[in-house]
Amino acid sequence: MSFPWAKQYAPKHPVMQWIDEKLPLPRFVYNAIGSGYPVPRNLNYFWNFGVLSGVALVCQIVTGVILAMHFHSSAAGAFESVNGTIMRDVNAGWFLRFAHANGASMFFIVVYTHIARGLYYGSYKAPREMVWLLGVVIFLLLMATAFMGYVLPWGQMSFWGAQVITGFFSAIPVVGDWIRIWLLGGYAPDDAALNRFFSLHYLLPFVIAAVVILHIWALHIPGSSNPTGVEVKDEQDTVPFHPYYTAKDGLGLVVFLIVFALLIFFAPDMLGHPDNYIPANPLSTPAHIVPEWYFLPFYAILKSFTFDLILPAKLWGVLAMFGSILLMFFLPWLDKSPVRSGSYRPMYRIFFWIMIVDVFVLGYVGGAEPIARNVILGQIASMYYFAHFLIIVPIVSRLERPKPLPNSITEAVLAKGKSGETAVSA
Amino acid sequence: MSALFVKSIKFLIGGAFVVALFLALWTTVAGMINEPAAETAAEEFHLKPEHLALQSDGPFGTFDEQQVQRGFQVYKEVCAACHSLSLVSFRELEGIGYTEAQVKAIATGWTTPQPTFDPKTGDRGERPNTPADRFPHVYYPGQGSPPDLSLIAKAREGGASYIHALLTGYQAQPAELLEKFPDAKTPEGLHYNPYFANLNLAMPAPLTSEGQVQYLDGTRATVDQMSKDVSAFLVWTAEPTLEKRHAVGFATILFLIALLFLTFGAYRSVWAGVKH
Ligand code: HEC
Ligand code: HEM
Repeated sequence: MSFPWAKQYAPKHPVMQWIDEKLPLPRFVYNAIGSGYPVPRNLNYFWNFGVLSGVALVCQIVTGVILAMHFHSSAAGAFESVNGTIMRDVNAGWFLRFAHANGASMFFIVVYTHIARGLYYGSYKAPREMVWLLGVVIFLLLMATAFMGYVLPWGQMSFWGAQVITGFFSAIPVVGDWIRIWLLGGYAPDDAALNRFFSLHYLLPFVIAAVVILHIWALHIPGSSNPTGVEVKDEQDTVPFHPYYTAKDGLGLVVFLIVFALLIFFAPDMLGHPDNYIPANPLSTPAHIVPEWYFLPFYAILKSFTFDLILPAKLWGVLAMFGSILLMFFLPWLDKSPVRSGSYRPMYRIFFWIMIVDVFVLGYVGGAEPIARNVILGQIASMYYFAHFLIIVPIVSRLERPKPLPNSITEAVLAKGKSGETAVSA
Repeated sequence: MSALFVKSIKFLIGGAFVVALFLALWTTVAGMINEPAAETAAEEFHLKPEHLALQSDGPFGTFDEQQVQRGFQVYKEVCAACHSLSLVSFRELEGIGYTEAQVKAIATGWTTPQPTFDPKTGDRGERPNTPADRFPHVYYPGQGSPPDLSLIAKAREGGASYIHALLTGYQAQPAELLEKFPDAKTPEGLHYNPYFANLNLAMPAPLTSEGQVQYLDGTRATVDQMSKDVSAFLVWTAEPTLEKRHAVGFATILFLIALLFLTFGAYRSVWAGVKH
């Protein structure tokens, strides 16, 4: 579906006409990301992050496919193939490897921003619930992919990370240990585990790509939301995707690439852990095992449950960690406020920012030494995390008195110019 | 009744997590008050390494070939007795300024030979190294297991600074430590070093006297100099492509900045006159 004023595809060149008649792919592209897709005129830079996530996915697939050509999937050979062959012997292998490892970080940076945008602007609300649900599915797949990828170089953190994460399954009562052994193909991570992780790590990005297509398909039914949260009313409210948002996304893309390049070329190990440069050794446990930075908030939640309340503490931790993500699926129904954008929701906005700070605190705790002070901080921050989504948001959405909404996107845009600040023409 | 349950299930689940966390918090606080964590000798006497400045530091860093060659000499004459360097190939030494002929001489003259195996007779033998070989594995029968040094500069927090601090940090165990923690006496066969995570390691101080290595370039081989040089060498072994990475990075960033101006101009002109 699209808006009635969307431009129609009318190829001028006979070759394009010929192709379009046989296979309307040019028409499809035109209507999806071309001039045939009307988009609200007031999107801010936070709306770049969806496209940036797509770019990050493509970068990972391209670098990953080439790395896989040189990778040895075996406990005896993996570390040496990555740190020896790829880093030293393969042409530009060091670039591919650093691009892939830091590309994962860039992917999470942009996806986290993308999710935070959705939370602030209420993008998950009707009629875009399906877009959001598919987004959460993508996020879960992304986490699984990243985890399995980190295991592949078979360093100390790879091995012990795999040990800890698959250990979650042994928290399941009665059958837990059996499930863990079945998943690993042994009592501890070894060839069997490494090979199945490699196989899945290669597969999942393509599953993600498929879900991304569904995600964008679902988005194109109502069209993008916007910073006011007010739906598009008429043609004035929109501009064609191309050239307006291709130009804006292009600018965002270059900024993304600059940050990415700075990481790859000047700080390639900044976000990694030194222990992963030590070959995996099942007999020597690292002083403290920490996951990659993008999992730290969830790791902090896991570790915060230290009390056996009816269920064992470990099971609580695992339930809470998965629950902290799964609750995202219910968000469209937890937040009943009819107003989407946080800009018009004075109470929600405050709690939103507390939640953002809270996630940073959890991230800090996840990576810090487990001394009492940090454990306490983590427990308080975890409490707020669950209270925020399951208690505060539902209550706030009833109590709050939102600010008056503009009548239309165009009205809001024009008011912005009038209200004093010099109207920037760009 | 069931409608009410469905309505309040979020509060029930949220409440359950909060209560479980509250009880956990309670026990943590109680634990902290009742039994404050006892200090350990490692917590109190462990030292952070001072920063070692090398020419390879920073975004424009390059290798000081003279220094890296000296460091290679230290590795060859001292560390190679115990430590492998199995990810590095002899031919890579050309990257630090040795000629092809010199590399060939270094490889063939290397004291640890490459193992061979004849599949027809089952005989195991030895042959001299060639430039195409990686440095041969070193077997160490003594106490402890010396880690492979290829990646050690990346595998330890602090990198080269840590290695330099460790090599120059050996000392007698301080009297206050023994007074405060009588159980923490350095065990037989280990050596006290405040830069090592648990203070006692199996490696005896490898660099002990000035002139232990006769530098070919005439540099005075003090213990500090040798340990600096070998640290610089280990930064090189950990990433021989570092210089190339910096150079390519510099060009890439310049290109992207030019592209940024272009895309910004395109963006301005496309949106000119459209309020948003
Ligand atoms: C006599 C044998 C021997 C010699 C010679 C030797 N080492 Fe070691 N080294 C060891 C042993 C054994 C260990 C393991 C120590 C431990 O883990 O307790 C070790 C560990 C290390 C470590 C790792 C410390 C850590 O953080 O785990 C570094 C770095 C190191 N050696 C550097 C060097 C350098 C550089 C030289 C040459 C100047 C050298 N070693 C010479 C035996 C030796
Ligand atoms: C591989 C990862 C992902 C890709 C490639 C991707 C791609 C996109 C793209 C291209 C858009 C349209 C542009 C935009 O609004 O920014 C979009 C919109 C959206 N995405 Fe994603 N996305 C990804 C992950 C996620 C995740 C993890 C979530 C949430 C859990 C999510 C939620 C949304 C929502 C709610 C919208 C609609 C926003 C609006 O119109 O206001 N996405 N996505």
